Amino acid sequence: MKIILDNSKCEGHGRCYALAPELFDADDEGYSVLKITGEVPAGSEEHATLASANCPEFAITIED
Amino acid sequence: MQDWATDFDHTHPDYAAQATEIWDDLRARCPVAHSDRFGGVWLPTRHEDVAAIAHDTEHFSSEGVIVSPWKPEGLAPAGYAPPITSDPPFHAIARRLLLPAFSPASIARWEASARQSCQELIAELAGAGPVVDAAAEYTQHVPVRVIADMLGVPRSDGDKFRGFIHRILENPGGSVGNLAYEDTLDYYLRQVVADHRQNPRDDLIGFLIEAEMDGQKLTDDHIGGTVALLLIAGIDTTWSAIGASLWHLAQTPSDRARLVADPGLLPVAVEEFLRFYAPVTMARIVKEEVEVGGCTFKERDWVLLSFPSANRDPEVFEDADRFVIDRVRNRHSAFGLGIHRCLGSNLARMEMTVAIDEWMKAFPDFELADAGAVRWSTGQVRGPRQLPVRILQRGAE
Repeated sequence: MKIILDNSKCEGHGRCYALAPELFDADDEGYSVLKITGEVPAGSEEHATLASANCPEFAITIED
Repeated sequence: MQDWATDFDHTHPDYAAQATEIWDDLRARCPVAHSDRFGGVWLPTRHEDVAAIAHDTEHFSSEGVIVSPWKPEGLAPAGYAPPITSDPPFHAIARRLLLPAFSPASIARWEASARQSCQELIAELAGAGPVVDAAAEYTQHVPVRVIADMLGVPRSDGDKFRGFIHRILENPGGSVGNLAYEDTLDYYLRQVVADHRQNPRDDLIGFLIEAEMDGQKLTDDHIGGTVALLLIAGIDTTWSAIGASLWHLAQTPSDRARLVADPGLLPVAVEEFLRFYAPVTMARIVKEEVEVGGCTFKERDWVLLSFPSANRDPEVFEDADRFVIDRVRNRHSAFGLGIHRCLGSNLARMEMTVAIDEWMKAFPDFELADAGAVRWSTGQVRGPRQLPVRILQRGAE
C-alpha cells in the first residue's frame, strides 16, 4: 500500500495527522507533511485508509 | 406555505426551526435555491456545488461573508476583517501570519485553562437544578473564557465582549447611536493593545505585537481588527457547536451511555457532532457570471455556502441523515473548504472536546426539560441559544 498526499489540495484541516500520527505530521502552519516514503509500514494500513477517508479536501489517495 | 426553493429567508425563525428538513428537501428536488431577498441570494445544497464554489476564488469573492441588505463593495482584496474577508493574493499573506498561533501544537497550550474554565462553570451549577440552561449557563461562557485567556485579558471581560459581538452581529453596519466611545469595541481594543505594549506578555496579543508582515510590524488598527475577528468568529460559532452537541445528547440516551462507557470515543464523536450540527454557513459575492448546478449566478449576487447542508449530502456520506456517533469515514466540511478553512478549527475542536467531556463527567445523565423552550439562533451561525435541561444524575466528585 502507498499513500499519495497532494499538497496543492491540503488546507490544513488536520484530520490525517490526528488519525495517523505515525504517517503524517503538521508543519508550523498546520499543513500536512507525509512522514514516510514508499510503502506504508506493516500495521499502519488501517490508519492510512482512515486518513484518506476523512480528508475533507480529497487530498490523500491510497494505492494498493 | 411559501416555497423555500424560490423564496427562502435564512434569518427567519421558521427557517431556523426546520433548517435540516429544508436542506434535505431542496437537495433532493432543486438543488440550488434562490431568493430575491437581500438583493438576490443563492443557496446551493449539494456537497459538489458547495465545494466547487468554496474552491473557486476566480468567480467568487469573500468581500462579503455575511448576507445582509448591505453588500460590501470595493473592499477586495483585503476586506473589512482580513483574512476571512480577503481574496487572493492578499489573503495568503494575512492568513500565514496567523496560522502558527492556531496550529495544533499552539492550541494545546490552552487546553488546561479551557478545562479549568469548564470546571469552574460546572461548579457554579453544582448547587443549581435540577433544571439548568445548558446554553445560557454553560456553553455560552466556554469560548468567551478561553478567548480571554488566549488574548491575555481578564476572564471577567467576557461579558463585555459578548455585548460587543451581539451589537455587531445583530445590527451589522448599524449606528451605535448614543453609545459613549468608552463603551465601544474599538475603545476596548485600543486599551488592551496599549496595555500589552506597556506590559509585554506571552499571549496572542503579544504575538501580534511582535509579528511582522513584509518586514513591518503591524499597526494598532491591524492588531485590533484581527482581535475583533477572533472575538466575532470564535465565540458564537463554538458556543453553537457545543450547545448542539448537548442538545443531541439530551435526547439520545444511547449516545450518552456510549460516551460514559467509552470516553475515548469523544474525538470521533466530536467529528460527527461537527458534521451533523455544523454551525457555520459562510457567504460569497459573485465576481463574474458563472453557472452552478444549472443556475446562472449573476455578478454581485450573494451566495450562501451551506456547509451544514453539504454535510448531509447522501452522495458523500453514508446514512447522511443519521447521526452515527462512531462514524469512521467522515469528510465533513464544518470548517469550510478551500483557502478559507476555519483558522480556529483546532481551537474549536479542543473547546468542544473539553467542554463535552467535563459536562459528561459532571452530568452523565440529563434530558431536555422542555423541548418547546429550546430556541435556535437564526442566520448564518446555527445553534441552541436557550437549552433547558434536567439533570438526572450527577457524577462522582
